[in-house]
Amino acid sequence: MELTGAEIAIRCLQEEGVEYVFGYPGGAVLFIYDALFNQSKVKHILVRHEQAAVHAADGYARSTDRVGVALVTSGPGVTNAVTGIATAYMDSIPLVIISGQVPTRAIGEDAFQEVDAVGITRPCVKHNFLVKDVRDIAATIKKAFYLAKSGRPGPVLVDIPKDVSNQKAEFSYPASVSVRSYHPAQNGEMGQIKQAAQLLLEARRPMIYSGGGVILSDASRQLTDLVRLLGYPCTNTLMGLGGFPATDKQFVGMLGMHGTLEANLAMQNCDVLLAVGARFDDRVIGNVEHFNQEKRKIIHIDIDPSSISKRVKVDVPIVGDVAHVLGDLLAVLHSSKQKPEQQALAAWWAQIGEWRGKRCLNYKNSDEIIKPQFVIEKLYEATHGDAFITSDVGQHQMWTAQYYKFDKPRRWINSGGLGTMGFGLPAAMGVQLAHPGAPVACVTGEGSLQMNIQELSTCKQFRLPLKIVLLNNRYLGMVRQWQEFFHGNRYSESYMDALPDFMKLAEAYGHVGMRIEKPSDVGPALKEAFARKDDLVLMDFRTDQTENVFPMVPGGKGLSEVILGEEL
Amino acid sequence: MRHIISLLMENEAGALSRVAGLFSARGYNIESLTVAPTEDPTMSRMTIVTSGSDEIIEQINKQLNKLIEVVSVMDLSEGDHIERELMLVKMQAVGAMREELARMTDIFRGRIIDVTDKVYIIELTGSGAKLDSFLQAIDRSLILETVRTGASGIGRGDRVLKL
Repeated sequence: MELTGAEIAIRCLQEEGVEYVFGYPGGAVLFIYDALFNQSKVKHILVRHEQAAVHAADGYARSTDRVGVALVTSGPGVTNAVTGIATAYMDSIPLVIISGQVPTRAIGEDAFQEVDAVGITRPCVKHNFLVKDVRDIAATIKKAFYLAKSGRPGPVLVDIPKDVSNQKAEFSYPASVSVRSYHPAQNGEMGQIKQAAQLLLEARRPMIYSGGGVILSDASRQLTDLVRLLGYPCTNTLMGLGGFPATDKQFVGMLGMHGTLEANLAMQNCDVLLAVGARFDDRVIGNVEHFNQEKRKIIHIDIDPSSISKRVKVDVPIVGDVAHVLGDLLAVLHSSKQKPEQQALAAWWAQIGEWRGKRCLNYKNSDEIIKPQFVIEKLYEATHGDAFITSDVGQHQMWTAQYYKFDKPRRWINSGGLGTMGFGLPAAMGVQLAHPGAPVACVTGEGSLQMNIQELSTCKQFRLPLKIVLLNNRYLGMVRQWQEFFHGNRYSESYMDALPDFMKLAEAYGHVGMRIEKPSDVGPALKEAFARKDDLVLMDFRTDQTENVFPMVPGGKGLSEVILGEEL
Repeated sequence: MRHIISLLMENEAGALSRVAGLFSARGYNIESLTVAPTEDPTMSRMTIVTSGSDEIIEQINKQLNKLIEVVSVMDLSEGDHIERELMLVKMQAVGAMREELARMTDIFRGRIIDVTDKVYIIELTGSGAKLDSFLQAIDRSLILETVRTGASGIGRGDRVLKL
């Protein structure tokens, strides 16, 4: 039977087992919305802004191992979606975004709501397509899902002109797909893996550094087995938190700009470094020249060859899927008679223990004023460390990464690469839909929250009982912190005046609002909020206005050139 | 260092812009870029002349390979290869200069492919360096236009880039 292009697109989503599409209708996608209306398998979540549609699909994807799907109209629908697409691209999140386009004959005529969607998204997608023939829709969408999920994942955009969505063709969904120019690596090269095992066993000051690739590859079990087998210290990047349990004694905390002293110094001073699904980015190792001053052997496992030896020269590159490679590495280590040199390892742990002894995450709590770190600690208690936590971008994000001890992967959802304010709330919507009944909290600031505050309306419509933990310091806190440290206390435009009454705002959207001003009320408020299983609760915590995030490795500095809290 | 990179890619709309966009987005140099379909009409062959440190060239190769529509990539300058570029030069040719230009063209094994009473168009192929020396050898004030294709390259012997 012949179907319209729009019907074919929706049938493809059904075939892919898509549960939710996050979107916003408009002229160029009217046929697709009509096709959605005539079925019930794929549920549509109507957001209030296209950026939120993509973030919600992104949160859905990050908290599961599935592909997130968004649907937007042409022109402003696409441009609004771009921030969401770039966010997903920087963190390698598998998404398929379907966008409407003006009719084929109008393309290039500066038609109403026309943008060059393929051109405008090209630098921030894994790949994109403009479908000009209705007979190509099914194969293109199949390819889009395959490209999004395989290899190093990423967002893929499929742009469908309005006339194409209304033309008819026979529908058959391809059973398999192959792209002759695309062959992502699966298994690592065995010779390299053996060499890596040997280096690891000979290490005297070893360090294991893992990133978002472990989460994306669902390799945290293999990573945990490896770390425990060797008895070596392990650090996670911001994107890798939960890849190795944070409460494990071999975990030395997050590394990087706001990483722990022990993680950063162990990273700097190790003699063998195993990097797993991480990319040595500027927020992680700071100044490359400084990092290179210490000599160490580096083993790097990554599915993307272009991530290897990009910023830091690697001695043993292993290209492959992290879970596969770690599995093989474990097998080699298990069959090896050699064991790590225990004396050297003990001395290394003693050194790390000394750094740990500085207790770099200690902060001065107060009976009078709410410390933001304290709120995160209480959030951890209230949720028994087992909630899905999304965040926006800034100080609150760093405090959450530091003080919420993630033991499981896919529980910590944040925009690490692009650093997108406004990500947290819509991402939490996607997480909650993927995990109905599970506790989902969005830790945010008053700056970030206002960047997608309209989504409170979406939450009402779809009854999403999120818990919004607003650390309200009436400043763009991270900006303020940098201005304090590096710009002579000139707080240029970082003070937030004329803020809304967030409690009333929550109520205006039909939710529950709370304002918490005393430290002693923090725990009880969180407990009460999480007890309200059916309600979205927005908790407006009035926090210390001038609290800073420590430790801090200033931009362009080396990992050992760290500012600790008490030094200021 | 100068490198000449050859690649095969899907002959699809927008493929060229992905390569060009990659170079500008990541700040890589492009000295020249040529592209045309191959004997297999579904594929295009592109030759890019670029320069950079070994690390940059390694990244360029990896990033090009990462583009979904790129089928295969080869750094021709890693081995024996041949490079050719085509140049068309339109020159004022009057009086004694007509003879002189014809002679120079001959020395450089070029051809005069269009003649009017005042103008010659000279066709020249060779390495970029050879074309440069031709331009240096003639009276530059006579040049009306030059058009150069940029280098095309191919591996020597059985060094073959194909699907």
